[in-house]
Amino acid sequence: MTIVAESIILPERRGAAGRLSDFFWRHPYALLAVLLGPPLLWLGVVYLGSLFALLLQSFFSIDDFSGLINYEFTLATYRQLLSETNLDIIIRTVTMAAAVTLVSALIAFPIAYYAARYARGKWKVLFYLGVMLPLWSSYLVKIYAWKLILAKEGILNWFFEKLNLLWLLDAWLAVPVVGGNSLSVSYTGTFIVFVYVWMPFMILPIQAALERVPTNLIEASSDLGGTPAQTFRHVLFPLALPGIVAGSIFTFSLTLGDYIIPQIIGSSRLFIGQAVYAQQGTAGNIPLAAAFTVVPIVIMGLYLWMAKRMGAFDAL
Amino acid sequence: MTTAVLFDNVSRYFGAVRAVDRVNLDIVEGEFFAMLGPSGSGKTTCLRLMAGFEQPTGGHIEIFGETAEGVPPYRRSVNTVFQDYALFPHLSILDNVAYGLMVKGIGREERRKAAEDALAMVKLPGYGARRPGQLSGGQRQRVALARALVNKPKVLLLDEPLGALDLKLREQMQEELKTLQKSLGITFVFVTHDQGEALSMADRIAVFNEGRIQQLGRPEEVYNQPKTRFVADFVGSSNVLSTKLCQTLGLKAPFASLRPEAIAIAPASNGALSLAGTIAGQSFLGATNRVVVDVEGARIAVASPAAHAVPSIGSPVTISFAARDLHPMEDA
Repeated sequence: MTIVAESIILPERRGAAGRLSDFFWRHPYALLAVLLGPPLLWLGVVYLGSLFALLLQSFFSIDDFSGLINYEFTLATYRQLLSETNLDIIIRTVTMAAAVTLVSALIAFPIAYYAARYARGKWKVLFYLGVMLPLWSSYLVKIYAWKLILAKEGILNWFFEKLNLLWLLDAWLAVPVVGGNSLSVSYTGTFIVFVYVWMPFMILPIQAALERVPTNLIEASSDLGGTPAQTFRHVLFPLALPGIVAGSIFTFSLTLGDYIIPQIIGSSRLFIGQAVYAQQGTAGNIPLAAAFTVVPIVIMGLYLWMAKRMGAFDAL
Repeated sequence: MTTAVLFDNVSRYFGAVRAVDRVNLDIVEGEFFAMLGPSGSGKTTCLRLMAGFEQPTGGHIEIFGETAEGVPPYRRSVNTVFQDYALFPHLSILDNVAYGLMVKGIGREERRKAAEDALAMVKLPGYGARRPGQLSGGQRQRVALARALVNKPKVLLLDEPLGALDLKLREQMQEELKTLQKSLGITFVFVTHDQGEALSMADRIAVFNEGRIQQLGRPEEVYNQPKTRFVADFVGSSNVLSTKLCQTLGLKAPFASLRPEAIAIAPASNGALSLAGTIAGQSFLGATNRVVVDVEGARIAVASPAAHAVPSIGSPVTISFAARDLHPMEDA
């Protein structure tokens, strides 16, 4: 029998990989720098840099006669932004984004609650599949599919007809502003498609927030005499609020910036995204396009500030 | 005496698992009642049935004479101190304590005062402005107690409330809980898996195993006269004498229990029973030595005063005990 004299401390590993892992073990911050450096550089230079360039552009103006950009700092573009037509676009977009966010949250909450509290095993898998599946297919395909569904000859109309409820649909379409010739050319249609397309972005953060609420807090509230409605108001909702805010940031900002859905489904009136597209493309008015994109940034900033003041992030 | 909580043949099944199996209980108003058992024995489910978090599969529950089945937790004058306290993380300590009064619609000023009084009662005056996250485990425990007691419940349910505390703090809280219970006169129902805790605090103990009550009685009864092998084993560390040893000692019961501290390593004197064996092991426990004696292949633990010298391992000894310390048991 041979006896191998074993040292307590193993010899250093050979090769570059061995030396490298020893080095990183001794200098964990070096590893962090290697891993985070490139993405931070990308974010800092490319993303923030271009954002800053955009902001800068909005303080230039365009010469109405030559169509050339006048590189002098001026607030003329912002004056133009606040003209009646453009303000109209902003108000329309913000109202739509707010409505989409509110309704998304209302629909998403029960679904997320079910998934977080009750779904187990294969039902949980089905939930994730059901929520994520729409994200796997092309955005454009989904929107065109909705155009067909919402059209006058579409399945929704047919469904209402079969249920003898066509009068209800017609009555809704007769309402000014939200109505129109058919759902596919009305704000209602735009709204439905927005809610559908952004729904996963609302459900998943709320579900994640609810998942972190221990069941015994719900029981404690009930034990102390809180009715289900009181428990929702004083315990469940405040604790889910960070998730709702996170979801609403998605739905709100995505709606503010989108230019494809309102172009395919809805009336011909412009949304911010379409205005940006038109200004930087056909009109060639880069400063005004830049000023338009500043609007969602400012609105989101205000929204987050308000959410923070209301204590939405206290439970984080 | 009024019955605070009555269980009449209560069962609670989870699928095929019988968490609580035909349990009969009556808890008297003003008593400190402990439900003792290993995890999964059904004691916590019984507590949850009292709180209303669970509904019985069968049987009947009464709380102060009123039927409790189908009554939601928020309509019961029963409050719970949860195992991990379940304090609301987004509320201040004061708002946590005042929660029960808030949902009952009591005015802000009145509930603030009541909550501050409750915090003073659990020796945390002036802590109202803090958040649960800023408190230690022991302090959170007190807040949970104040939050329940501020509602002046008829029955206070405590679900292993001291489990997460260290030994010193636990002993201190045991004392305080007992004093509090006596001064308030509220019925306490206390769930624990710690037999020492149950013995020292409770007026009566129900020992649970596999969803059933094995024995219900005063601490001395449960400790000194265990009815079943399980109780003898679980409450303290009784020796269970096998059928063969029982026959040797001239006992008719199939099993008998014998407390380690009732045995002496000495020859029998005036009418005591004795057995011969050899020393098989020994460990020092502070006040006593735990000596294991091998008697005809059975291992019998003896608690011998630390001052007495223990013969070395392998040496033959005689152990003796009084006949009245030998408790016959049912086979279970």
